[in-house]
Amino acid sequence: MSTERLKEAVTRIFPDVETVISYQQGFDGIHATPCFITVPEQIDKLIWNPLCAQNLASYLPSIKKKVGVVVKGCDSRTIVQYLQEGLINRDKVVIIGVPCTGVVSVKKVLKEIGHQPVTDASFDGNGNIVIKTPRGEKTLAIANICPDKCTTCQYPTPLIYDHLIGDPIQSDKPKESVYQDVREFDAKTLEERKAYWEKELERCIRCYACRNACPMCICQDSCIAETREPHWISQKLSLQEKFMFHMIHALHLAGRCVECGECDRVCPMDIPVSKMKKKINAEMKELFNYETGVNPDDKPPMFTFNVDEVKIKEHKF
Amino acid sequence: MPDTGYLPKEKIKDFLKELAQDAVVYAPCLEGETVTFRPFKEEGVLCLERPANASPKSILYPQSETLFAFEYKKDPEDHQKMSVELKADIDVPNMIIFAARPCDAKGFSIYDRVFIDTDTADPYYKKRRENTLIVTLGCAEPSPRCFCVAVGGGPAHKEGSDVMMTELEGGYFIEPITEKGKAILNKPMVEDGSSYLKGVQQVQTKARDAVKNPFATDKPPKISQELFDTDAFWEQALSKCVSCGACTYLCPTCYCFNITDEQASGKGERIRSWDACMFFHFTLEASTHNPRPTRFQRFKNRVGHKFVYYPEKYEGVIACCGCGRCIRYCPVSVDISEIVNNLKDGGQKQTAGSSKND
Repeated sequence: MSTERLKEAVTRIFPDVETVISYQQGFDGIHATPCFITVPEQIDKLIWNPLCAQNLASYLPSIKKKVGVVVKGCDSRTIVQYLQEGLINRDKVVIIGVPCTGVVSVKKVLKEIGHQPVTDASFDGNGNIVIKTPRGEKTLAIANICPDKCTTCQYPTPLIYDHLIGDPIQSDKPKESVYQDVREFDAKTLEERKAYWEKELERCIRCYACRNACPMCICQDSCIAETREPHWISQKLSLQEKFMFHMIHALHLAGRCVECGECDRVCPMDIPVSKMKKKINAEMKELFNYETGVNPDDKPPMFTFNVDEVKIKEHKF
Repeated sequence: MPDTGYLPKEKIKDFLKELAQDAVVYAPCLEGETVTFRPFKEEGVLCLERPANASPKSILYPQSETLFAFEYKKDPEDHQKMSVELKADIDVPNMIIFAARPCDAKGFSIYDRVFIDTDTADPYYKKRRENTLIVTLGCAEPSPRCFCVAVGGGPAHKEGSDVMMTELEGGYFIEPITEKGKAILNKPMVEDGSSYLKGVQQVQTKARDAVKNPFATDKPPKISQELFDTDAFWEQALSKCVSCGACTYLCPTCYCFNITDEQASGKGERIRSWDACMFFHFTLEASTHNPRPTRFQRFKNRVGHKFVYYPEKYEGVIACCGCGRCIRYCPVSVDISEIVNNLKDGGQKQTAGSSKND
């Protein structure tokens, strides 16, 4: 899929919407950044390539006017989940779907290039990104520097769209692989898991990037982390408070997290916060056979109540 | 006694151990892929190759600190009467921040004007500042998107530091900046540095030339008041901002705070914790009115504080040290240098995002 075809599609829908949310080149060769197109002259800035990692669907609930949005397969689950939860009006969104074979994790690239400034980057058309730094040139296979979510991606083609740019792609990743990491982590002892989280969460600076970038964190300005009455979470900076916040975040996303990985991507301290949410999603799948953001007609399990749940024994009096 | 010193690289751990004899030494350590200032321990993995993800500001200005404890007490004679007992304890050990970067140290000088050089000095910050030796490591090469040279700093800028170290091939050149910093030359691992002086100048000049100035001028940028007050400018530039606190909490110069009384059963603590102008609650008033309800208005304050209000109050000093962290770690790559560039007098009127401009 080329940038040109995306531009064509955006041009086509433009008379019908006030804004189109898409991607443009960021401050260097390995960063894309969201761009809000409000006049057709800006369309020239658009790009489409594996740098386009952000989940642009996250902006939709906060926009009241009619808007166009560019989504990858994974991002489309956000839209489906919004529809399930009644958070957006389908008539007010024009979805440009883009089949995707995997994006670039900037964090993984930086690790590979020793956190050097990038002077230039390009794609060679064979699944590699070629990165230039003051220390030289490095070619990296996108498959090796994609976010973890891409390695088990089940939905490379958007599940919902008005316009699809390019041909649909089928996933070649086994379904069982999705929660493999959760199962491996579960196999550790309680002490090991506790030690793991204590070490990771110690770095948390409570900047709430994970919350604000999360498409399903819809409380936003009324978040429990900041309410004063009641004062749920202390302003003290202990590990307990950090843990408390992240557990609340994870539990509020039970059966809602669309596994877009934005929380991991944005964390400035590199804390794998999505792991908690994924664990709960794995439980939701097991208990309710429910997968988030797949079918607009599904009802999230936490939005309903059945006295008889097949897999919850406590309910069987 | 020589004026400068030299520390061979292989002696650095011994040197830190020596420093740790009578002070808590904070040094940048590698944890996974993150560089974080931690109290130095021998088993820690020291990382001097790049600046820490978060600036070391929390060492002098903790993210959360108890200002005092309080307890309400009933008068045993007259139950209508209550008294309150306050307990403040500013107990600060001797501390050393090792291998702060020049931008980090400059950040402390931004704080000094606010917290120390005023009629009502902040005793908490002041005490920590006085008890801390700041040993800065000059930058040999720029980090992605840093721009210290554009805001009055540089990769060997001395402001805020007690000691400046410059990395040479086999070791570190050590130059005391303040009286307090001179004692470091007495440490047994430190050799005479005078023969390395010439090499140091070369390294520093090379480093300075390598830092890009996004404002393409030798002078700090002058903001156009007209553009600054144009909402459409900010709305266009900041539609993508997710309004998190990553930029402010990583920033060496952001110092806004919140005060919270946390109490139960008649006793509690008054806590001061970092706040961020990016958060909705920052200006939320008791009436529920919020003068900055939108994200772009909040970001305007961030730029305004650093490039307009602080300079107005403190003789033109820009309260941004150009470390580039807010750009590097922004979830959506908001670039403050680009925004300021577009806000300059005679700057472009449109700002939507950047182009590859390296």
